[in-house]
Amino acid sequence: MNADAASGVVLDKVAFSYGEAEMLFDVAVPQGRITAIMGPSGSGKSTLLNLVAGFERPSSGRILIGGADVTGAPPARRPVSMVFQENNMFAHLSVADNVGLGRSPALRLDASDRAAVAEALRRTGLAGKDKRLPRELSGGERQRVALARVLVRDRPVLLLDEPFASLGPALRDEMLDLVADLQQERGMTVLFVTHQPEDARRVGQAMVFIEDGAVSASGAMDDFFSNNAPEAFQRYIGGQANIDRSR
Amino acid sequence: MPSRLVPGLAALSFIALLIGGAFFGLGAEALKDPSGAVAAFDGYLFRIARFTLWQAVLSTVLSVLPAIAVARALSRHPSFFGRGLILKLFAVPLALPAIVAALGILALFGRAGYFAGIASTVTGSPWTGIYGLSGILVAHVFFNLPLATRLFLEALQTVPADQWRLASQLGMGARSTFRLVEWPVLRAAIPGIAGLVFMLCITSFTIVLVLGGGPRATTIEVAIYQALRFDFDPARAVALTATQIVLTVAMIALLSRLGANTTGDANLSVARKGYVSVPPGERVANILVIASALCFVAAPLAATVLAGLQADLVRLFGEATVWRATRTSIILAISSAMLAAVLALALVVARHTLELARPRATRGSWLEQMTDSGVGFVLVVPPIVIGAGWFILLRSTVDVFTVAPVMVATVNAVMAMPFALRAIRPAYDAASERHERLCAQLGIAGWNRLRLVDWPVLRRPLATAFAFAMALSLGDLGVIALFGSDAVQTLPYLLLSRMGSYRTEDAAGLALMLGLLCLILIMAADWLGREASHER
Repeated sequence: MNADAASGVVLDKVAFSYGEAEMLFDVAVPQGRITAIMGPSGSGKSTLLNLVAGFERPSSGRILIGGADVTGAPPARRPVSMVFQENNMFAHLSVADNVGLGRSPALRLDASDRAAVAEALRRTGLAGKDKRLPRELSGGERQRVALARVLVRDRPVLLLDEPFASLGPALRDEMLDLVADLQQERGMTVLFVTHQPEDARRVGQAMVFIEDGAVSASGAMDDFFSNNAPEAFQRYIGGQANIDRSR
Repeated sequence: MPSRLVPGLAALSFIALLIGGAFFGLGAEALKDPSGAVAAFDGYLFRIARFTLWQAVLSTVLSVLPAIAVARALSRHPSFFGRGLILKLFAVPLALPAIVAALGILALFGRAGYFAGIASTVTGSPWTGIYGLSGILVAHVFFNLPLATRLFLEALQTVPADQWRLASQLGMGARSTFRLVEWPVLRAAIPGIAGLVFMLCITSFTIVLVLGGGPRATTIEVAIYQALRFDFDPARAVALTATQIVLTVAMIALLSRLGANTTGDANLSVARKGYVSVPPGERVANILVIASALCFVAAPLAATVLAGLQADLVRLFGEATVWRATRTSIILAISSAMLAAVLALALVVARHTLELARPRATRGSWLEQMTDSGVGFVLVVPPIVIGAGWFILLRSTVDVFTVAPVMVATVNAVMAMPFALRAIRPAYDAASERHERLCAQLGIAGWNRLRLVDWPVLRRPLATAFAFAMALSLGDLGVIALFGSDAVQTLPYLLLSRMGSYRTEDAAGLALMLGLLCLILIMAADWLGREASHER
């Protein structure tokens, strides 16, 4: 395990059982990169993110972020922000309030907080929409609000749980590029769950491939899309490719 | 221990204290004079127990079977003029205090009721009014037929729209639609609905008190009341209470074995089904079914209004006693509703916290089940029993009539709590489903969470729960019948005493007023609830 990986996100023999399914994650995610997490449905991708975020507790093993053990820490104490597939906003609160909660969970904001919120909204392309309610926003805009909150929270790790899965291809690319830009600016460690190989390739530098509740391969993104890609990953992709061809 | 559990545990302790205290009072009394309590298990008691069961069985059958036909007819005609109105009308009996309904039925079928003339002509002998079993049955069906109809209709509406489309596309007739589409849903709903109706009838107090008439048609609950209020025979009251509890627990066990699991909240599409072709013959039958159900429900309501308007309302509202009773009723109802809403909220939060704390696939702990279906069991413990227990416990230390306000407010609050729970829980759980991880991540907890996240979502469901609990408490004649006196009178108590002194006109006027008050509250609850579900 090199120093680079040690300062990222490390799951050290993390065991977790979900009903019948037993999962065991042992992987180091490099710091300051975007790592795509792929794998078949039900393989445990979201569970891995939930463990890092603190929504699930492992039955054994340790979770390290930037070298610090966070295994027992509550979600709010972890240096982590997470963007969910949906429900990233409180439906009765305005865009600005939803972002502001990233600064103060009591929503008591001083001038500098408000300036940070305004800047984050501008940066995510939501300038002028701060008074809107979630129902007045499009799906893409709602995820922009979530990203704006990530900016004001300013945590070193960002977890993305298929946040753009319900968006159209062009919009998805736009959002991915926004994530890549924000990651560049802040140097965040990003874990990005996706089903789309092209999304992974577009923004990711590293890949973690999960099967049956365990990491079956991990490494640089380019290795996964070359001839010597891990066999399991080839099977996963290839199956999709074959289906595509047979249509 | 998570701080969100503390209020829930306090609520559970409070409920346990209320019920436990009552049982303690009964147990202590029984131990003081064991032979007296044993001797009370006589032939009379068993006759009462048998009658209690018998009237409940008959009431259930007479309510549930027609309800299936009515619900099916209503479901076959998803839009016709007045359908919405009929459904609204079917919600009215549930909102109506039992004593008001009993009076309405007497105004209709009583000795001097609107039907007395016709009935005398038809039978050829002077009409003596429907007292006894027939009166009880009519009243129970009046209450429960509309309730069961609405529940069955709800069940039918869980059939996905696509299945209805498929049924019409495949050309299914009325019979095959019933057999293949409607019956499976209805059959699944029967144990739950029949169980509910049965429980309501077995613990029925006011109806039997007013319409039962005499020892031949008395249920255990009424006998407990008579043992304490008239005979002052605590030993008999203890024996009766024990019988009532054993009976209800046995029935619940039996019903839950039959699969009366009605907790699943229907989240399926309830979109109006599209095109349904109903053959003309069936249409006529359906119209007849709906019309007769409508008459059956509407007639006692109309009789209540007519009889009420015939009373000398101006004089009645000029009476100081009436004003005092109204004020007492409203104060007690508000206290009771607040307590009910607070208890329910505390339990909902605790239940959800416990659910989140465990792995999803596993069963809830004992504590979690207590906060959920466990508290529903307070409905099994009749208010009269709780009242009787505390009555016996307190009678040696304090003047029981001075604690009447506290007893009435708390017991009614605990009885309304399961309904409040049902109003609040879906909203809280749904909101939590969306917000839980976000709150955990952003560190929104405690007061901040209540203020920023939960209160905006729960405002309306809480108001619904409050209005509903207030209506329940306002119309209740359980505990007040035991604890009431000339010093502390509520409207239902005053109504009963006016009936007892044969001031029927006064009673009718009071019934109209009480009925309207409760109806307004229930309509408010319904409206608030509907708005709340719109927002979601």
